[in-house]
Amino acid sequence: MNELVRRSAAEIAREVGAKRLSASEVTEAVLARVDEVDDRVGSYLTRLHELARRSAQRVDERVAAGEKLPLAGVPVAIKDNMCLTGTRTTAGSKILENWIAPYTATAVQRILDAGGIPIGKANLDEFAMGSSCENSALGVTRNPYDLARVPGGSSGGPAAAVGGFEAAIGLGSDTGGSIREPGAFCNIVGFKPTYGRVSRYGLIAFASSLDQIGPLTRTVEDAALAYDAMAGHDPMDSTSIDRPVEPAAAGLRTDLKGLKIGVVKEFVTEKLGPEIDALYRRAYSELTDLGAEIVEVSLPSADYGLATYYLIAPAECSSNLARFDGVRYGLRVEGDDVGQMYEKTRSAGFGAEVKRRILIGTYALSSGYYDAYYVKAQKARTMFAQDFRKAFERCDLIAAPATSGPPFEFNAKSDPYSMYMMDYYTIPMSLAGLPALSVPCGYAGKPQLPMGLQLCAPLFEEAKLLAAAHAYEQATHYASQLAVAL
Amino acid sequence: MIAPTKYEAVIGIECHVELTTRSKMFCGCANEFGGEPNTKVCPVCLALPGALPVANKAAIEHMIRAGLAFGAEIPAFSKFDRKNYFYPDMPKDYQISQYDMPLTLGGSVRYWLDDGTIKECRLTRIHLEEDTGKSMHAGGDGRIAGSAYSLIDFNRAGVPLMECVSEPDLRSAQEAVGYLEALKRTFVLLGVSDVKMEEGSLRCDANVSIRPVGSTALGTKTEIKNMNSFRSVLRAIDSEIARQTEILESGGRIVQETRGWDESQGVTHSMRSKEEAHDYRYFPDPDLVPIEIDAALIENLRKTIPPLPAQRFERYLSEYKLDPKQATQLIDNVPLAQYFDEAVAASGNAQQSTNFVLGDLSRLANETGVAVQASPVTPAQLAELIELVEAKTINSKIAKELLERMWAGEGSPKAMVEKDGLAQTSDAGEIGRFVAAVLAENPKAVADYKSGKTNILGFLTGQVMKASRGKANPALVNELLRKELD
Ligand SMILES: [Zn+2]
Repeated sequence: MNELVRRSAAEIAREVGAKRLSASEVTEAVLARVDEVDDRVGSYLTRLHELARRSAQRVDERVAAGEKLPLAGVPVAIKDNMCLTGTRTTAGSKILENWIAPYTATAVQRILDAGGIPIGKANLDEFAMGSSCENSALGVTRNPYDLARVPGGSSGGPAAAVGGFEAAIGLGSDTGGSIREPGAFCNIVGFKPTYGRVSRYGLIAFASSLDQIGPLTRTVEDAALAYDAMAGHDPMDSTSIDRPVEPAAAGLRTDLKGLKIGVVKEFVTEKLGPEIDALYRRAYSELTDLGAEIVEVSLPSADYGLATYYLIAPAECSSNLARFDGVRYGLRVEGDDVGQMYEKTRSAGFGAEVKRRILIGTYALSSGYYDAYYVKAQKARTMFAQDFRKAFERCDLIAAPATSGPPFEFNAKSDPYSMYMMDYYTIPMSLAGLPALSVPCGYAGKPQLPMGLQLCAPLFEEAKLLAAAHAYEQATHYASQLAVAL
Repeated sequence: MIAPTKYEAVIGIECHVELTTRSKMFCGCANEFGGEPNTKVCPVCLALPGALPVANKAAIEHMIRAGLAFGAEIPAFSKFDRKNYFYPDMPKDYQISQYDMPLTLGGSVRYWLDDGTIKECRLTRIHLEEDTGKSMHAGGDGRIAGSAYSLIDFNRAGVPLMECVSEPDLRSAQEAVGYLEALKRTFVLLGVSDVKMEEGSLRCDANVSIRPVGSTALGTKTEIKNMNSFRSVLRAIDSEIARQTEILESGGRIVQETRGWDESQGVTHSMRSKEEAHDYRYFPDPDLVPIEIDAALIENLRKTIPPLPAQRFERYLSEYKLDPKQATQLIDNVPLAQYFDEAVAASGNAQQSTNFVLGDLSRLANETGVAVQASPVTPAQLAELIELVEAKTINSKIAKELLERMWAGEGSPKAMVEKDGLAQTSDAGEIGRFVAAVLAENPKAVADYKSGKTNILGFLTGQVMKASRGKANPALVNELLRKELD
């Protein structure tokens, strides 16, 4: 393996910026790595070799012209639910299998403007629905630490790409845990900013009120760099927040002195078995070793998370996915009339999980059930925000598991409910719109596979969150202690 | 007009009016009628995957002004909802509309009938939504059934549309039309819509029921869909009232249903279908933040509301003693009405102002294609002319001539009268000389008169007027002629 592919985004940007390394050299190294391993890993649905080379050349020219690019030459894997002009953008679905995006998502554009190099469009659970990446209609992605296991979902493609050294930054989207969970499974950092911090313009919507773009990286510093490049108001997204962004990369720290970190009483890890319980207890004590004070906090609504999420997200998805009807773009299966064309197109184009959620959502919004389900779920959602507000009166950050276990084998979770349970610890933060990340915290299972510690901050406290995660990462270095399988 | 029966009609109107804004409701595309199909479109109004709406501020301000004009309440909070249904013209397969929190609530519209009666119809609400595209069915008779294929033009998709919903306060087709005319006049006056019916910028549905005169209970209603001219509204409602009356008279029962209007047959027909039980699954659009309306904004917009047509109409009837037809004629041409008001203010003579504005000035405007208010004739000059006529300084014939010269840009009529010596003369000696000359030149006419053909007097008067170049006082001419002849 070329040593260049192991470098962090921060190192690459520094070296390319200082002209000690060219963006083209880094790009060639990463493209070679993709050609070597991706037939086995399956991170990418579309490889963008030509575009990557052209972009690298352009970055080298910009650097030569004296431009300061915070992500100069950094190879990026883009989850394939984000539009990039002229490239196939599939959302992991047959219904968009051959759709070429005619415009670029704001977040992607900002990464490219900062000097990022698009290596490819990465695999995902269809329309970002899933917790294992097994729901992609277009390809299998494997966990780079154990090819028999899933990379996590729905951002499995970008997570596997970054974990397997096929990119330094992955752009993922998190709706109920879709960045944090694959981040944990692929032994990397998965960071979901505050809802509205990064524009959703050009991100193919799953559940609009929860979807959030964020980075998957091998270091916290890289996550901060990517966040700094992407965050901030976008006039094209009315839910994007118009409020100054505190730069995160500049404020990283190495201790946790003076910080109170809350551990949620309701998130009982004993239920997860002795090994995982011990792992998280160790993680919490590592936090105290760094000077943090652990306090117990309560999220009384914790057990309603899944139920709430699985009403709101499907309700919004049932409406968001209506536009895939065969009329204007994507797959069309002809019928005798327009109604039959809709039916045939959507039956053939959507996979089982997508159909299941559309049905749940349609039901939850239908008259007679709207108040009983959708309205109640919205009220529960308000409770989550209140619970967290109260908890944060007692602490600066909250620590929790990222997943309820290590990466599992393909087809291991055959019933939807046990799959949904994977997101038990990430959904509450999503419902409250809070910034949260997952950082490697050790290994569990046989063979030993990656686990993630989730840290969560109050709204807009991304800088504080990343600073603390950086301290934990620098003290523990779990990411570098396990070798990838290839 | 239906013959009076023992029944009275109860009518409520829902009408859609396209707003005049530079760009569409949720994107930057031009809001213009016509053009090559699908040239005024972008990712947002085509609902490409990932595209997001951003609300048009100008459209919201138009709505607030319309509401304020009708005395509606403008709630401090409002929101957009999604109305979900599948329709090939509708890119997202949901329409962004307003459900339970519209921009304006209540208010009322004052309107008038042909006989000058002023009436009032309460409004339930006015809400904001977006228009759909337009289908053309090819290879058949223009209807979807039997067509080989359909083409869709999305240029109108996303154009801002306000929906005005009235209370069932209207009692006849004439009242319905009067109400709609008042809406149209007001929207044009406010500049919120140009209400071009031929471009489909006003469409309406009517809910019609009948009940025995004196009853306060509501009868079973039917809804007549998609009328797009005042003439269709008038005919469709009359025909529906007649149909319902006939059913009740013959002991039948009205069925609640949706009916279409067949312009060529002059009848409504049942459109009952499964669609009527449609469940739109409304829910708050998570892509759009709620609308907060600042009290200061409302106050600023309130200052931009001019006096409404009904106010002007009442003034024209009560103060100026115009007949309802003249008043309506003026009000339907807002700039002309403003010109008229200035002329009345300058001359203090409403009757003469009406005569000139609706008479010679309108004729000149028609002949030259120049609007009265854009002509060189200022209201002040018209007032001068009126003063000359009223003071009998000139007669009507001279007045007409002067007006033509004023229209040609010759300026002040007083100056012309002085310069050209056009003042009417009542000098008996001078007129007597003209009379003598005319009698001498027309012996046959004199003989005819003497033989009893006294109506020849008009001819002789005309000859004298001509000889005096129109300046002679016609009454004096008449008197002197009689004296000579009798
Ligand atoms: Zn547009």
